Amino acid sequence: MAGGRAVAAFPLVAGGGPAVRRRAPEAVRRLATGLVVPAALLAGWQVTAANGWLPEQILPAPAVVLQTARDGLDDGSLLAATVTSLGRVARGFAAGGAAGLLLGAAMGLSPTARRLVHPLFLALSQVPVLGWVPILVLLVGLDEALKLIVIAWAACLPVVLGTMQGIRDVPPAYLELGRALSFGRWSQLRTVVLPAAVPSIFTGLREGLANSWQTLVVVELLASYEGLGYLMTYGRQLFQLELVLVAMAVVGAIGLVLHLLLAALEARLQRWRPAAGS
Amino acid sequence: MSGTASEGRAWQAWLLPAALLVAWEAAARSGLADPRFLPPLEVVAARLRTELAEGGLAGHLAASLGRDLSGFAVGSAVGVGLGLAIGFSRLVERMLSPVLLVHRQIALFAWVPLLSMWFGGGEAGKVAFIALAAFQPTVINTWQGIAGIPQGYRELGDVLLLGRLGFVRLIALPGALPRIFTGLHAALIYAWVATIGAELLLNVAPGIAGRMNEGERLFQMDLLLLCVLVLGAVGVVFNLGAGALERRLARWRIA
Repeated sequence: MAGGRAVAAFPLVAGGGPAVRRRAPEAVRRLATGLVVPAALLAGWQVTAANGWLPEQILPAPAVVLQTARDGLDDGSLLAATVTSLGRVARGFAAGGAAGLLLGAAMGLSPTARRLVHPLFLALSQVPVLGWVPILVLLVGLDEALKLIVIAWAACLPVVLGTMQGIRDVPPAYLELGRALSFGRWSQLRTVVLPAAVPSIFTGLREGLANSWQTLVVVELLASYEGLGYLMTYGRQLFQLELVLVAMAVVGAIGLVLHLLLAALEARLQRWRPAAGS
Repeated sequence: MSGTASEGRAWQAWLLPAALLVAWEAAARSGLADPRFLPPLEVVAARLRTELAEGGLAGHLAASLGRDLSGFAVGSAVGVGLGLAIGFSRLVERMLSPVLLVHRQIALFAWVPLLSMWFGGGEAGKVAFIALAAFQPTVINTWQGIAGIPQGYRELGDVLLLGRLGFVRLIALPGALPRIFTGLHAALIYAWVATIGAELLLNVAPGIAGRMNEGERLFQMDLLLLCVLVLGAVGVVFNLGAGALERRLARWRIA
């Protein structure tokens, strides 16, 4: 049995998984092994900083970073930057998501709309979102409109594709059933097509939100005077790496919260779906 | 499979783009739109001709691609190596998976300020960032490719007394190859996006996006439109190339 290795549980994708009872020492050992690298990194960081092996602009001491975080919390600047950034993501994602749902639904429901719009949409989506930024700067300037447009466009791409795919992939048998029950176009859409398309639409929305967040960071780095991205640019310009690190930690924490929130939401959606027939 | 019906209407795909181009040209010529914002198409075409003749754009494209591919090579080599280590060793997996989980939550571009302070805003900083972008998808996919090898194959290796090296060479690597390739394909795209971002954010240097920075300052809309076309074309070429390789790989697998 020694070589027969159990299928590894993925810590990255595990959603609880089948509850295999582990002996406590095993769990503790697992946790301890997981902490080895972070602890070593932290210790190395502390020792390096304490001995001044690297200049402070390259590696400020952990205590300095903590103090910067505390200062930022105390004077409210960290919170203000976070709120600004989250507001931009919310607006951009709402606009892009809504547009994506409409466009995706139109292309999913109408073959004519698909033939007319889909090729152009695909062609435009081949250009990385960032590539449009210099053009947009000339057209709309550096203000909020720029961020809104870029974030909305980034959010809209996967939503359009997910919605279109979800509607097109509704099993024909479902549609036939709807017709057999002589559903009208509207009830067919509401009771048959939309529920069947929800998982794919949700996948599109989730990717759209992830795209919005990624895009927010880069747009704020490129052009802004507030927000988390600006905080990083500012820290870089002043050679205050501690500020950059604190902003990165906030970006990571928000990313983690978004990830967990969406995973929980998706689990709920999956539960609601009738157990897949396989 | 309404082959003939949709083939007969394939021309409709060109309807909207053609209408937009006509509207563009009309607006630019009639003076309805400021030609600084919407240059007539022939101006863009003329710009393309001069850029091709002088080789300016080609040089910038070569600079961008060189930067892109060196970052991709470094990042994906480290990513595949680390992914294999995590996939084959339970200990390494337990040690590194929490770090990778945290690392994955940080938006890619949030690394730019940090990396630019460590490596500078020049070539080293750019390549470091591109490498980081290529690293992310390769390490995850390689790891999951190895971990996803079916239990039956693992047992087969035990039964055949393949030993550790034989298992790796004959079962694990071929089995994980498609997934590793998926990671490399994604890394190619990520690296290209990172190249554009690095050129826009860090020190001005030759490169397509670097040229766009310049075009933005000089208000050369025709140049910017041309650069956008090039950016899109490179992405398409990468996607088609990687897709073709992947299909080849899949065929080899089934055979």
